[in-house]
This record gives sequence, structure tokens and C-alpha cells, in this order.
Amino acid sequence: MHMADALLSPAVGGALWAGTLGTIILSAKKLSAKMDDKLIPLMGVLGAFIFAGQMINFTIPGTGSSGHIGGGMLLAILLGPYPAFLVIASVLMIQALFFADGGLLALGANIWNLGIYPCFIAYPLIYRALVGHSKSPKMITLASILSVVVALQLGALSVVLETKLSGITELPLSTFLALMQPIHLAIGLIEGFVTAGVVIYVRSLRPDIVEDLEGVKSVAAGGSIKKVFIGMAILAVITGGAFSWFASAHPDGLEWSIEKIYGKPEVPVQENPIRENLSKLQEKTAILPDYALPSKGGEENAENPPAPWPAVDPGTSLSGIIGGLMVLALIILFGFGIKLMNRNKAKM
Amino acid sequence: MSHHIVDLTDVRFNYPDGTEALKGISFRILHGESVGIAGANGMGKTTLLLNLSGQLIPTKGEISVGEVTLSKQTKQEIRKKVGVVFQRTDDQLFMTTVYEDVAFGPINLGLSEEKVKERVKTALEMVNCIHLMNRPPHRLSEGQKRSVAIATVMAMDPDILIMDEPASNLDPKSRRQLINLLRGFKHTKIIASHDLDLILNVCERCIIIKDGQVAADGPAEEILSDENLLEDNSLELPLSRQYTRT
Amino acid sequence: MKFETEFFNIGYLDTLSYRDTFVHRLDPRIKITVSFIFILFVVSFPKYELSALIPFFLYPVFLLSVGNIPFNAIAKKILFVSPFAVFIGMFNPLLDTNILLAPFGVPVTGGWVSFLSILVKFILTVSTALLLIAITSFPGICEALERLKLPKVFVLQLLFLYRYLFVLLDVALRMLRAREARSFGKKGKEIKTFIKLISVLLVRSVERAERIYQAMLSRGFNGEIRVLKRHTLRVSDLLFGVAAVALFYFFRRVDVVNFLGETVSGYLR
Repeated sequence: MHMADALLSPAVGGALWAGTLGTIILSAKKLSAKMDDKLIPLMGVLGAFIFAGQMINFTIPGTGSSGHIGGGMLLAILLGPYPAFLVIASVLMIQALFFADGGLLALGANIWNLGIYPCFIAYPLIYRALVGHSKSPKMITLASILSVVVALQLGALSVVLETKLSGITELPLSTFLALMQPIHLAIGLIEGFVTAGVVIYVRSLRPDIVEDLEGVKSVAAGGSIKKVFIGMAILAVITGGAFSWFASAHPDGLEWSIEKIYGKPEVPVQENPIRENLSKLQEKTAILPDYALPSKGGEENAENPPAPWPAVDPGTSLSGIIGGLMVLALIILFGFGIKLMNRNKAKM
Repeated sequence: MSHHIVDLTDVRFNYPDGTEALKGISFRILHGESVGIAGANGMGKTTLLLNLSGQLIPTKGEISVGEVTLSKQTKQEIRKKVGVVFQRTDDQLFMTTVYEDVAFGPINLGLSEEKVKERVKTALEMVNCIHLMNRPPHRLSEGQKRSVAIATVMAMDPDILIMDEPASNLDPKSRRQLINLLRGFKHTKIIASHDLDLILNVCERCIIIKDGQVAADGPAEEILSDENLLEDNSLELPLSRQYTRT
Repeated sequence: MKFETEFFNIGYLDTLSYRDTFVHRLDPRIKITVSFIFILFVVSFPKYELSALIPFFLYPVFLLSVGNIPFNAIAKKILFVSPFAVFIGMFNPLLDTNILLAPFGVPVTGGWVSFLSILVKFILTVSTALLLIAITSFPGICEALERLKLPKVFVLQLLFLYRYLFVLLDVALRMLRAREARSFGKKGKEIKTFIKLISVLLVRSVERAERIYQAMLSRGFNGEIRVLKRHTLRVSDLLFGVAAVALFYFFRRVDVVNFLGETVSGYLR
């Protein structure tokens, strides 16, 4: 399942983007070093293949509902970890832009969730370890199912953790896990089976595709995958740590506005002249001058506000609704106005 | 364009799985000649073209273009003289705008950015596609793709133009435009096609390939009027010739 | 058939992306950066914030109207991808039952406020992503990524992916139609058939890649591909970028909605 921007906090989204970008740069470096010329068109075309392949559905035995492949593991098997990661990132990018699958901020998280685990954990540590250069269909099937299941479990777990850490949803951790993990277990079993089937069948049609590409990838792999993974994990921890440290410097996470509105004595209103003037204006025109300093809220806020809006305040709610509608109406009028202008221009 | 002669001397080619595709082909094509290559499927036409363009190297025998004999070392050099337009346009146009596709060859020739621009403009004007310069290839019609594919090759200023089924998948109007275009080219032309009427319209000479060997080689007018010869080679008279009988 | 509608959808957005309007002409680097910053600002709002988000609609509305993008196309897509966010957010009203506001005396729980907040954030972020591609051709985005220092290898294979996306979608569509013509109900869509179909598609794709490589070689390919630089950063691009980000910052720091609301309710009483 894909993460969505609306469920992410900037800190979590940013940290995952940092990890993903780092991995992209690393993978590209590993590739350029000893790359076969024909790898780039191959990667592009295989990316298009995965995209097109995801459009073809099949019926899941026993359920009657339809499913489609993810393809991450298949790419890792055919191309090796580094090229596969780049292709997965590309496919997700196209999906994020053309299908709004997830969003631009969540893209970093999605690439991480769907790319890191198959390419750098499941493939080298499970599939490669079990299969090696064996051609046994049983071994390939077993290894494939195991790898995909593990990769998807880790991916699903990541989605849960990312959502939880972002703190936007109330969904309790246990419920979320209970929903995500079993579903992805089932998906993993099927996709693993299908992946193995494809590898085996393609080998029967054109053995050189499966073997030849193994040659390409052993060239591109180079150093030890484990070292790379450890490096990335450290990078992710550092960036994640840096972001949360930055975030914690503001007591309410990134809830700047709340602090400013509800004010603490030491809030430096002076640093923002606009804010200062507007709040003065607000005090003059507002019916509820206490909007800035609600009586009961004041002391609570000084410590640790449990929720941003400290009290039920009919006044503020009303102004919020009125103001919201007005602003929305203005914006929509603005949009219509421009569209009308465009239409008139077109007529001429 | 210097005077480049294409010389084939007893060329043989076997595929890795053992198939003998070419079993001793010899002919000579002079500068500026337009030659049609006809033959039933599986007779060796495509293999012959792949050898001529340097993508495959003859197992035995010799191909020389100008004074250069084709070998692994001279492959790249030969490619500069020989421009190939493939049957499937989507394989040939692999960049994301027409400009970039046509510029690909000149850039690889090491030309300056100014020169590249010049070559691209000239080539696109040659095929009447200058207005498509910034279009992405997947937004072109088949006929437009075919013309642009020709432009990608022309931009490299080759001495010899090789084409594999140039009119396939074209609607009648585009096909006619293509024929007129090709008639206007002064380059040496080697065109493999099932479209015997096209060969008749564009080429002075026709070579028929059967079972990996040259079955006939002569003026297109003569060869493509010889009903018996054509039928012996699993072909038939060009459509335009068929109605003159009654 | 779902495949065909999706195929059409991508094609439609792709066609829109090649149009010529003010926003289409903006440098892609600016558009990507501004959109990304926009999303960061939007998601930085705390979970109970609702009204302060509203001014942010200005950006997507601006892009849509100036870019002449049909509203329905975007709206339909947003609707189509909303289930996941709705599903996750739906738990909020169920679990968070502290009354937070009471407009007109009607009690509203924090759960509903945060749920609405999620929806609004969702609409803002998703529409921005869609509009980004609708006003910037994909090759334009790739060019911007390369100039923003993403690895060239990555950008190049992205371009190839894009180039052959429609080609392969077409091939897959034809395979699907062939399968459809020979299937009856669920028969024909089993996994075994699927595996064969996908494998054949894979082999054909690899063969295509090989032919492309040959075509590249025949035009002198020696390992280097140049990405055309079609955009130069103009002052108007920079001005747009700065103005946009400044506006976002303003909306983030100043609750314009409440300010307006207060003013109006002040005059009403």
C-alpha cells in the first residue's frame, strides 16, 4: 500500500526522502562504474514493462478478486539490486505524477518501502543465498515466495511506523498492524509464486535473459551488499535523528502557529512585524479579544497543551467557518475569473 | 558524398544456432544506384541488410563499403557511411523529442552544437517534418514517424541509405509521400521490401534473394515483369503490372 | 475496461502537459521546488488545523486556471485515489471523541476535525502533484531533475521509461484484448495464463530493448547520451518562485481565515 502526503509529517517524509535520495545516488554510482552500455535502455524498457504489467490483472485463487503484480522482486532478480532500485524508483515516480498515487512527499517513503527491502534485503540475503545459480524450479519458487513475503512485510511495517510517527491518524498501532500485515502476507505469497513462475517460464523461452542479466548484475554489484545496507541504515538514522531533533526544538513539533496565537509571555512576537501588526488589528476588531489569550487556556498552554484548541469556544469556531467560506469563495471566483479570461482569449 | 561502392564477395552468414542464412551472395552496387531487394519471408533479406549495415559480420566472404572491409574493428567506421532505417519506427526513435532523435547521430559524430542544429534542421526539412521538431515521438502518426526516422539517418549524412520495409503500416497518402521522397534522394539506396510496386517506383535495379542466394539481379523493370521468374521465387507481379493483363 | 480508462488517463494528462500557457512555460525546476515546498507547508499543519489550510487552495486553483486544465479531469482522479486516505483517516472520528468546538451549539469532536483536516490536506497535496505533471511535460521534469543534480544514469533511464511507456501499454492492451476474446467469465484469467502472458511481455520487452540498443549503435552510440537543455532560468521564473513561497509562508504563519472571520463577525455584531 502506498503512503499518502496527507498522512505524513514533514519530518518523517523528509527523513525518508533523504534516505531514498542517498540510495539513488549510491545505486547510480555503483552502476556507472562498470556499466554495460545497453543497461540504460534495458532499464527504461523494463520499467515500462512493470508499469504495463501492473495493468494486467488475474484472479486470485480462492477469493475471486483480481490482483496484479508489484514487480520489485522480479526486477531485482533480473537486474540485480542497484539497477532494480532505480527502476522501482522510476515506476513509482511516474505513478506519483500521473496517478497521484501517494504524493510527492510520500514518494520518498514509497520508494523506500517498495524498493529497499526487495533489492537490498530480500534479494541478496534470501533469494540469492538460497538459489545461487541453481535452476531448480522448486528452489526458485521457495526462495521467491520467501523473499517477496519478507520484503512486503517489511514494507507494510514501514508504512505503519511512518504513519504512526507522523501522528496524523488516531489509528492505534496494534489495529493498523493487524490490518496491514496479514493482507500483505497473502499478497506476498501470491506475488512470490507469480514471480517464480515468470522467472522459470522466461528461462524456458530465452535462458540468456535470466542468465545474461546475471552477468550484468554481478558486474554492477561490486562490493558487499551488507556494507552498503549498514551504511544506508546509519544514514537513515542520522537524517531521521536530525529531523526529529530539529522538530523537537519547537515544543509542539512544527505547530508554530499555535504557540504564536495562544502566546506565551516569552513569545517573540517582535520578530515578525506582520504578525505583530495583525494581532494588534485583531485585538481592535475582534469581539473576543481573548482569542489571543483564552483565560483558562493560558496556564495550560504555558505547560504542555494536550490539544491545540484548549477550550470549546463557539466564537472561534464561528469565525473559522465564516472566514473559511469567504476565503474559499474568493479563491474559487479568482479561478473562474482566469478561466473566463482564457476562454475569451481563445475565442479571439 | 564520395564515390562509395558496395561490394559483396561470396558472403556467407550462419546464425549461432547453426542456421545458414546467407549461402554465398555476391553483387556490386555503384554510387547513386537504387537497388530493391525482394524475396519471400525467411529467404535472407533481413540477414543481408543486417550484414550490410555492420550489425552482423559475415561468417565467410567479404563486404566492403568504399575501400573499407567490414570487420569487428571497422564496424563503427562502416556505420558512419551506412544509414539504416529499421522496419519498426518505435525502435528507431528512442529519445523524447524529434529534435533529440535527429540530433543523436550528429552529436555522436562529434559535431559542434551549431553544426548539430544545422544538420537537424536540414534533415527535417528534407522530409518535410520541420514543424514536428519539438514533438514527442509517441505523439506522431506512423507516417510521420517513418519520415522522422529517415531524418535521423539523413542527419548523419550517410553515403548509403538502407531501408527495411519502409512503407509497411503506412496509409496510401503517406506511402506516396515516402515514394516521392525516396525518388528525390541522390544517395545510394538499398531497399528491402515486399512492396514490389514501391521497388518499381523507386529503384532502377532489383535483386531477388532465395534460400540465402541471389536468384536474380537486373533492371527492376525487367525482373518485375517476368511473371515466371517471380513465381519461381514465391513472389508475384507487382499490382500495377497485374491489370495490364486480361 | 479499466486498463483502457487508465491508459487514456495517462495519455490525457500527458497531452495536457505539452500545452503552452504561462505556467507551462515556467522553468520546471521552479515548479518542482515550489510544489514540494507547498506540500511541506501543508503537511506541517498540526492535526486539528482546518481553517488555516484553506488559503492554500490558491496555489492549485491558480495552476489549474492559468494552465487551462479541465477541473473535471483533476477532480475525478482525486476522487479515484481517495479511498486509502479516507480509510485510514476514518478511524479518527471513531477514536477521538473529545469535543473540540461547538459552532452554532453543535458539538464537534476532535476526531472529525482531524479527519476533515486529513481530507483537505489530501486534496491539496494530490491536486498539486497532478497539476505539476499537467503543466510540465515529463521530459521537462527529467531535465529539471538532472539540473537539480540527480544522477544522470537515473534520469536517462527515466526518459527511456517514459518514451516506451505508451508503446508497452499498447502492447499490453492488445494482449489483454486477445485474452479477453478467448476467455469466458473467470476462465482465462487464472494465474497460469497470467504468468505466461507476463513472461511473453517481458521477453518482447527485452527484445525491444535489444533492438533499441542496435539502433543506437547504428547511429554511432558510444556510451554517452545528452539530455537536451531546453529551459533557461528567467527572472520571471525566479520571481514566481519567490512570490509563491513567500505567500505560502505568510499563510502558514498568519491565520488569514480567522482574521477575516473575526473582522466580519465583529462588524456583524
